[in-house]
Formats: sequence, C-alpha cells, structure tokens
Amino acid sequence: MGDLFKIAVRNLFRYKRRTILTASLIAIGVIFVSSYISISGSFKNMMIGQITDSMIGHLQVHRKGYVASIENLPLNMNMKPQAFRKLESILNGQTEIEAYSPRIKFGGMFSTFVETTNIRLNGVYPEKEFKAIPLLPSRVAEGQGTLNRGEIFVPELLARGMKAKIGDMIVIVATNEDGSVNGRQFKISGILESATGPGGRDGYIHIEDAMEVLRMGEMEVSEVAIRLKHFGEAEAFTKKLDGLLSGEMNKEGKPIFEVHAWQQLSPFYNVARMIDMMTVFIQLMLIAVVLISIMNVMIMAVYERIREIGTIAAIGTLPSKILSMFVIEGLCLGVIGVVAGNLIGLAIIFILNVSRWVTFDFGQQKGLVLSPTVDPVNILAISAIVIFVSVVASLQPALKASRMDPIQALRHV
Amino acid sequence: MALITAENVSKEYRTGEITVRALRGVSFDIEPASFVSFVGPSGSGKTTLLNLIGCLDKPTEGTMRVADTDVSLLDRKESAAFRGSHIGFIFQDFNLMPVLTVYENIEYPLLMVQSLPPAERQARVEKLLKEVGMADQRNKYPDQISGGQKQRVAIARALVTNPQLVLADEPTANLDSETAYAVIDLMKKMKDELGTTFVFSTHDQKIVGEAEIVYSLSDGRLVGRQVKGGRGNG
Repeated sequence: MGDLFKIAVRNLFRYKRRTILTASLIAIGVIFVSSYISISGSFKNMMIGQITDSMIGHLQVHRKGYVASIENLPLNMNMKPQAFRKLESILNGQTEIEAYSPRIKFGGMFSTFVETTNIRLNGVYPEKEFKAIPLLPSRVAEGQGTLNRGEIFVPELLARGMKAKIGDMIVIVATNEDGSVNGRQFKISGILESATGPGGRDGYIHIEDAMEVLRMGEMEVSEVAIRLKHFGEAEAFTKKLDGLLSGEMNKEGKPIFEVHAWQQLSPFYNVARMIDMMTVFIQLMLIAVVLISIMNVMIMAVYERIREIGTIAAIGTLPSKILSMFVIEGLCLGVIGVVAGNLIGLAIIFILNVSRWVTFDFGQQKGLVLSPTVDPVNILAISAIVIFVSVVASLQPALKASRMDPIQALRHV
Repeated sequence: MALITAENVSKEYRTGEITVRALRGVSFDIEPASFVSFVGPSGSGKTTLLNLIGCLDKPTEGTMRVADTDVSLLDRKESAAFRGSHIGFIFQDFNLMPVLTVYENIEYPLLMVQSLPPAERQARVEKLLKEVGMADQRNKYPDQISGGQKQRVAIARALVTNPQLVLADEPTANLDSETAYAVIDLMKKMKDELGTTFVFSTHDQKIVGEAEIVYSLSDGRLVGRQVKGGRGNG
C-alpha cells in the first residue's frame, strides 16, 4: 500500500503546477470554510451567551400555560407556594444545575412624581439571579451593581425617557391578583443597559419587595430561570427535567409545570439556525469545489496516461489495483489540500484572536470582540468531507482507467 | 509439449460497417525456450497474433493455448493474472513508467503484480540489473537514459517475474541498427541463460536473421516457416 502512495504522489508531482493549483483551490476552500465556521460559530455562541447569560438562562420552568400568556404577565398563572417548594426540591437534586433563580414577574406603573409610564418588573433574589444570569451585573451601566431591599434597577431607555437618575426616588404601582392596587417607593440604584430579546427592557426589584407590592402572603413564583454547569447539556437536561416534572399533577390530574429551553423562549434561536444553515451551504460549496477540481484533474490524468495504463494492464496489473492507484492519487491530492488549508486556516484564526480585529454590535452592546475558535470536531469533519469527496471524485476516472482495454490503450497516441 | 499452440485461429474486427479479417485460420506450435520471430508487412497480422498469444485479445475462431491453458476462455481478471505470472512484454516504445527509476521500473511487476516480499524483489532486480548491464544506472529515470538502455530496462522488467514466455512487438523499431543488434543479442542471451521463450514481431530483415524460427505472415495468413538454427520445432 505504501508503494501505491509513493507512485501516486510521484504521479501528482509530474504536473507540479496543476497539482499545486488544484491543491491550492482545495486549501482555499478549506480556509474559507474553517474561518467562516470559526467566526460564525463564535458569533453564534456569543449571541446565545448574551441572550442566555443576560436574560433568559439556559432553560426556564413555568406553571403550565404561563408561557402562552406571558405577554400579560398573569399573576393568576404563577406557581402556588406548594408547587414551587416541590420544584425546588427537584432542582436541588440535579447535579447538572449550577444555579437557579425564582422570579415574580408583573406589570406596573412607574412614576417619578412628574411623569408616569408602564414597566415590566422582575422580583428576584439578587444573589441567585446574578448566579443564574451572570451577565446581568455587567448590564448595570450606572450604579453600584447591587440590588437591596427598597431599590430598583431601571432599564436605560425608560430612565432616559423619564429623566430618572441614580438615587432618585420613584413609585411603583401594581394591581395584585385580587384586583386591588398597591404602591411602594423605590430608590433607583442601577440603570440597566438594554439587551435585545425578551426581558431586555425589564426592571428588577428584590423579590420580597415584589411580594410586598403584590401583597403576597407566600411567594408565588412566575418562573424559575436555570443555569447549567455545561451549556452543551441544555437540550438533554431540558428533556430530563421535563420527564421529572411531568409526573407532578394538579388535582384535576393535569401537569403542573412546563419546561422550556432557551431556544423556545428566544426568537434569536432562528438566527442561530440560519447561521447553521449558511454553514451547511458553505460546506456544500466546498464539496462542489473539491468534487469538480479533483474530478477534472483525475480525468485529465487518465487521458494523459492511457498508454501507461495499457502497459501496466498488459503486464498483469489487476483492474482493482489500477483503480486503487488512481483513487489514491485523488485521495493524496485531497489530503494535501486539506493539510495546507487547515494549517493556514488555523493560523488565520490565531491571528484574528491575537489581533482582536473582529468586533460586532449586539443590541445596545457595542464593540463586542469576537474570539473565533474552531472545534477540533469541525476541523475533523471538514477534513473527512474533503477527503471523502476527493475519493468519490476520483472514482469515475479511476473506474475508466481500470476498465480500459489494454490493446486500445497501448495503441493510443 | 508445445508452450504455445494455435489451432485454426481467426480474428475479425468490426470498424463501423467494415469487417477486417486480421487473421485467417492460423495454426502453429512453439516449443519452450525458442527464439521465434513473426515477420510480415504492416497489416499482415503480426501484432494481432502477439495480442492473442499474450491474452490481450481473444480469437474470433479457433483456440489459442499458452502454457497448457486455453487463453480464449479466460475472463478479464484471469487474463491479467495469467499474464502477470506467465508472460513478459516488451514494447516498441519501451513503455517505462516515467515516475519510476530504472530499479523501480524493473521492480514494478514484482511489487504490483506478484506482490513478492522486499528481499526477494531486491534479489531478482539486482540480478537482472547486472544481466542487462544497467546496474550503474539504477537510480536514473527513463528520461535520463538512451533508447537502447530503455529497451534493456524493458527486457529486465519483462523477465523479472521469471515468465515462461516473453512477447516483444517490434522491439527494435525505435533503435538504430547497432543498438537493435545489441538488444536482440541480449534477448538471445537471456533466452539461453533462463530458458525463456522469446516471440517477437519485426519487419526488419536484418533482425529476422537472428531468430531461430521465422514465421511469415501475409494478409492474416501464415505463409511461411523457416528454421534458421537452434531448435526447429513446430
């Protein structure tokens, strides 16, 4: 087999310029694909990270039916205290979870005593929320970044519109589940940068303040945001938790909880899918480039060496071995292109990381530096695709060579 | 027992609407360790006959037996295997692999056809390199040696598998007279040393004189047989 490779490589370098050009074409394709995958993949991961770590969490648990009417923030769809305790006991037993944060979500009126507007609020335990949503503190553009009782984080756009500043006192007025109205004063301790997506324009108060405003005797939670130790386990854990919670029924025998992964809660999941689809198309283009260029070279190689094929067939080389010789030649061409492409591609990715050239804006966040990384699995997958396509592209010319009539081949001028 | 037996062999080709009768009822026997030549003008059927003996083609009628095998019954794969183990080929244009050195060209059939172990390959190639006088050119590529040297390499390649039969189609056509005689002398020497049967075609009357038995072909018919020396069988 080693000798077949030796002959194949020598045959390839008989036509150095053609081989180098073809290998370069393949290498350029591999460079584009690996660079594209690394940049788009890193952008996608950063975007997902921004969404999950700034607002949503990796997954959320609600009372069954809450998400369908989430725009109204219905207090009567919150989890009952007993249900939340049950949920907590289950969540505490899951080793995959890094942190979770219960939230009471409600709508209310925001008044500066001069102007009034509406606001969406999240009552949270700050320490739990900051663990489950680790980028939330970084969104506090102004203020101390801590949230104590009697304080509020106000979204930037709302604060600007209402001319509210850090340290100002404001009033939150809300209607509780019974329909009665209650209000409470808060001191602005943080101005939150907006983030794109659901919850990106929400304000935050302490969960006990939320209970007070809503006159809740016991805590009735709207949702629980969960952060996992490993984001890659989100899909599997969502299924697992869904299975664990599906056994929890109310008195009518209907499920109490529903579990949603971030994909079901954020419209940006479709953007992520679009990026994946574009990656597939880019890979298809690479396949086409490799297929056409290698097939072209191998067809030419067969036509140029018809007499040689006739000679080796005449002296007794089996058709299967002639087939192998040409397939290995295509394989070697693919491997040369892949190795060169991967090396240059990795060098480009390294330079992009060192130079920190690639920046982008996401929502209100400007100048996010992209650190392109490429998964070794992706490199292996691209390499495997190119090498496989190289072999497939060589098959037709190789079959033609192996089936050649030695007499006709020897007569060829 | 004859190494090659042709019985009433005919071969027809169709080229479009026209049927060409390349051989018409040819019969002959060739004994082992013979040095045989087929002569005749262009189109007389020499190459067709060598192709049939070399299992590269099948007769339209009649039977062709080589080394006790009816080669017309072999399929494509069996033919290749039979050629690899029983027959060596020498071509008019030498047909060496340009990417292989002299040594590697001679080694090629042992490697790719017979798959022999390295030590045995080396022993056989070294021996033949010396026999054909190319030991000092072993690392050169075909484009670095002369026509006569190329044909010496081709002879070594044909003999390296220890075949019973070597077929040579116009082996001296592309060589000057002196080199052509040298090549024929080498073939005769190898025949004497190894006992290999050499069958070659030529239209060069001076070279014809070197054969032990000369068959004359004309319009696809065997029209003469001349025993010039050595064994006069058939």
